[in-house]
Amino acid sequence: MFSSIINPDFFASAIRIAIPLALAGLGGVYSEKSGVVNIGLEGIMLTTAFAAVAATNFSGNVWIGILIAAIVGMLLGLIHAIVTVSFKANQIVSGVAINLFASGITVFLSWLWFHETQIMALKSLPIWGFRVPAPEEASSLIRGLIVVFAHHSPMVYISFIIIVISNILIFRTPFGLRLRSVGEYPQAADTLGVNVTKMRYIAVLISGGLAGLAGSVLSIEQAHFFVKEMSGGRGFIALAAMIFGKWTPFGTAAAALLFGIGEALAIRVQGVYTIPVQFINMIPYLLAILVLVGAIGRATAPATSGIPYEKEIS
Amino acid sequence: MAQYLIEMKDISKTFPLVKANDKVNLMVKKGEIHALVGENGAGKSTLMSILYGLYQADEGEIYIDGQKIVISNPNIAIENKIGMVHQHFMLVPPLTVVENVILGMEPRKNYFFIDLKKAASDIKILSEKYGFKIDPWTKIEDVSVGIQQRVEIIKVLYRGAEILILDEPTAVLTPQEVEELFKILKSLKRQGKTIIFITHKLNEVMAISDRVTVMRDGKVVGTKETSQTNTSEIATLMVGREVLLITSKEDQKIGKTVLRLEQVSAFNQHKYPVLKDINLSVKEGQIIGIAGVEGNGQTELVEVITGLRSISNGKIFLYEKDITGLSTRKIRELHIAHIPEDRRKRGFIADYSVAENLVLGSHYKPPFVKGSFINFPEVNRYADQLIKDYDIRPAVKENLLKSLSGGNQQKVIVARELQREPILLIAAQPTRGLDVGSIEFVHKQILKERSKGIAILLVSAELDEILSLSDEIAVMYEGRIIETLINKDVDKGKLGLLMTGVYK
Repeated sequence: MFSSIINPDFFASAIRIAIPLALAGLGGVYSEKSGVVNIGLEGIMLTTAFAAVAATNFSGNVWIGILIAAIVGMLLGLIHAIVTVSFKANQIVSGVAINLFASGITVFLSWLWFHETQIMALKSLPIWGFRVPAPEEASSLIRGLIVVFAHHSPMVYISFIIIVISNILIFRTPFGLRLRSVGEYPQAADTLGVNVTKMRYIAVLISGGLAGLAGSVLSIEQAHFFVKEMSGGRGFIALAAMIFGKWTPFGTAAAALLFGIGEALAIRVQGVYTIPVQFINMIPYLLAILVLVGAIGRATAPATSGIPYEKEIS
Repeated sequence: MAQYLIEMKDISKTFPLVKANDKVNLMVKKGEIHALVGENGAGKSTLMSILYGLYQADEGEIYIDGQKIVISNPNIAIENKIGMVHQHFMLVPPLTVVENVILGMEPRKNYFFIDLKKAASDIKILSEKYGFKIDPWTKIEDVSVGIQQRVEIIKVLYRGAEILILDEPTAVLTPQEVEELFKILKSLKRQGKTIIFITHKLNEVMAISDRVTVMRDGKVVGTKETSQTNTSEIATLMVGREVLLITSKEDQKIGKTVLRLEQVSAFNQHKYPVLKDINLSVKEGQIIGIAGVEGNGQTELVEVITGLRSISNGKIFLYEKDITGLSTRKIRELHIAHIPEDRRKRGFIADYSVAENLVLGSHYKPPFVKGSFINFPEVNRYADQLIKDYDIRPAVKENLLKSLSGGNQQKVIVARELQREPILLIAAQPTRGLDVGSIEFVHKQILKERSKGIAILLVSAELDEILSLSDEIAVMYEGRIIETLINKDVDKGKLGLLMTGVYK
């Protein structure tokens, strides 16, 4: 019974489920490190999940679908940046607006273009990596490792690379140092000639782009269709992963994996035990709450995250 | 070479409602320490922000070494070897010293990465040259304010500055740290650097500067050779009238004991003992001054008396009534007034209006409430009255506290606390960061309370303040009161030694 739940396939699916959470959470890291709270991640994921399917079906090329999703994500990020950085509006309100906008526009365009709210993706991503050997060809350990790590859609590998590059970018480059400084103490950065507005725009655009990739993974790779409200709070879970991961790329990815395991577990346990499915579906969300309540001690957010930057006038 | 390294000519700058600089001229010679003094709001910081490119002047010209330049942003100032150490440090707390220093001009390796090792060794070399002791790898949030200031200076030197602007550098320092800073400034001067030193502490002007420029109401009212002037002349220029620098106090009849602490001990949040067996009493009409280097338990002493910190041992009495362990609200209702040491943190609410701040702490009681609602007509009437009585400027009760100058913010606190008819006044660092005019005001108010027979506990890091106001001086060192002196012919040198724990 136990091994029918916890096996290499289980971990492989946990990784797949974790990918959009990690990507969107990473988007949150960029944005918040620069001092902009982006709760619009949820809406960006939803919009781009739709955009990915729509663009794939129109173009007949899944890669174009993913590219369009990233671009749409960046456009929504751009709107968030204009509203919150240039016009210094409340970041939470802007994020909520993006989320509400996403719910409406996706349903509207679904009807307009496809005349239904569930749209099948006509193309899907290939599987890259090693062929899983037959039991007589290799030991179960080798087979397990291949299943877990080396038999995935390209987006899984691309995400790994993005996570590693992000960690280097944020902690080891001039760009990253400036990014962190404008989120912690923009006045200080400003006095040293760092352009706070520019840094925040770049960060929020990256954030939107990453949430866009996350949305495309959700629809094209995982569900193979788009359906209304399919993001289902994953944008918020991504933010929880970001906090649990202490605003670092690796930490966020690890937290996303934990949530991925939770959701994979929920899927596996369904039908095995006589627990109502609604309770099982709560697992990832309960996990998010438990984790945030302080199993991890206090995490410190970037000091000015959420506060627009204004030059002081004495 | 021009006679002056820096010439700022006819600089004017207007903010909405305020003319911050009005045809200001400032001439600074190469290699001198030039003090720029004036009350808060006189336009010193604005002038320096213009020199550093943070603000643009509406009118006027700037010459560096005879060359006219337009400084439209800090990068241009840095290119012209101008560096600024801001009053509120421009350091990012969670970043390391080296990251803070290189921010904005990071040395690179392999094009893509920051060369932290090279930066750290450059910083080591720089800091050794000027006699600083700084570990480049510590985080800013883990070092003292004095060290943070050195990091700020290093940051400026790292950018190749020849001209250093220091905006009220001593406001946040302990007397010992001030001494250290002056040593550093003198060493910088020896290396040929030019320093502009903004302050409103006159003894510092005399101690460190070669020349001094005085500003008032956005205008320069005089530039003097420091050796040719004295503190009372500068004070008169600053305020525009004669100022009593030394407050004289009359003899006062001492009455009953108001506050008494018996063997009081307390811990800090890390369970470390911060108060050890404190015995202290304050009588009616008496000012007890608590002297000591900051961080020796003064903050905690005030906190235990005002109910902000619980004590581990001992008892506190008010007129022989045991008030140990009472809540802050209960203690306030016993007419204990408190001017807190960190006014931004505990003195007021920055986003509340003057009127709201004036009733804070009494806001739940009549006449300020009527039924379940705040009685705004009464609050407003009361606020108008206090604004008049205490000369709070601008005299607009709707203004948010954060828009007021430090001196006027302090007036709001003083007004609020003294209007509650206290029997005991606890004044912690009551003049910190204030200009001479406001200091005079606060001192007068404290002495007025004393003449009414109120018991006063004065905590201050300013020795002059302690010496001029107190009747008795208790010296704190490492959580203990190590000596109590009658304030009569007290030797300042001896007091200084006591504060460092030398006499015991």
